[in-house]
Amino acid sequence: MSKAVTAALKEKFPDAVQEVYEGVGGDDCAFVKKDAVAEVCRFLKEDPAMAFNMAPYVTAVDYLGQEPRFEVVYNLVSTRLNHRVRLRVKVPESDLEVPTVTHLWRGADWFERYCFDMYGIRFLGHPDMRRLFMYDEFVGHPLRKDYPLKGRQPLTAERNFRDLYRGPGPSGRD
Amino acid sequence: MAETDTLPAIATRREEATGFFQKLVSKGLGWARKNSLYQYPFVTACCGIEYMSLASARYDIARFGAEVPRFSPRQADLLLVVGTINCKQAPILQRIYEQMADPKWVMAYGVCASSGGFYDNYATVQGIDRIIPVDVYVPGCPPRPEQVLDGLMLLQKKIQEQEHKLIDRLPAAELARGR
Ligand code: SF4
Repeated sequence: MSKAVTAALKEKFPDAVQEVYEGVGGDDCAFVKKDAVAEVCRFLKEDPAMAFNMAPYVTAVDYLGQEPRFEVVYNLVSTRLNHRVRLRVKVPESDLEVPTVTHLWRGADWFERYCFDMYGIRFLGHPDMRRLFMYDEFVGHPLRKDYPLKGRQPLTAERNFRDLYRGPGPSGRD
Repeated sequence: MAETDTLPAIATRREEATGFFQKLVSKGLGWARKNSLYQYPFVTACCGIEYMSLASARYDIARFGAEVPRFSPRQADLLLVVGTINCKQAPILQRIYEQMADPKWVMAYGVCASSGGFYDNYATVQGIDRIIPVDVYVPGCPPRPEQVLDGLMLLQKKIQEQEHKLIDRLPAAELARGR
């Protein structure tokens, strides 16, 4: 891919854009500071030379054991100029609040809710910061690496009967 | 032996006679019920594709009298749980089951419904038998239509051997939530 986007980013935000590199497959990637992400995204969307009009995927990663622990990844696409960029934002566990980008791309709404549901990252300014997949009674964030793999939280009382193969009762059966 | 000789004997063994009559009724009702299973397909995942194949012309579940999917649980006899049931859906499934009128039967269609399948994770119910009683389990991911038809025939056999009454009332406690 051309380096035009990342070069322009580096030039416009010398402090906020920390590191620029070419990812696997030639994608343009950049590490962006957490507080500046909304500003950088606004530039990417509104500058006519960038024209990123779509955020097809926003997700998060949990690097347990590293500091800072979390990372939010924004994949942006310009359907007009046919180029992409990937922004990576480091989020420390002590401060899980990231500015929202829903006012720029309406489609980022559910992705941000997903990140909140699965990783517990809060997006400041999001209009409706609720869980996306799990139910409200659910405690914890299941895609965090320290959440137990089989940490099921049933909503209804499970039937208690002897099972020949899986052993007795719901509590001891897993 | 004159015919009158046997009459008092039957009169004194009245219970045996009613028992015989009930068995006859039970057999007839069982035959009728097993051959007119109205299903409620509770389709949540990929097994649904195989269910469509099962219900359409090639495998033709109509041969077993089970061709009518009723999309209201109140009109259905057989609850087909087709696909993965996760913890968020468990109360919905339970409610659907409770809405079905007696007599009712449940088939767990595919390994996800039977045991959770390979979704041994934070979200999936490990077999619908943890929330509702199940009559037949059909393994496979997804099961071939032949397997499901085999399961259906097993269920028909089971229904034929069950006891049916003309007026069947379960005690109220059985119908209450949470069992
Ligand atoms: S058993 Fe297999 S095909 Fe059926 S719902 Fe589960 S994963 Fe899908």
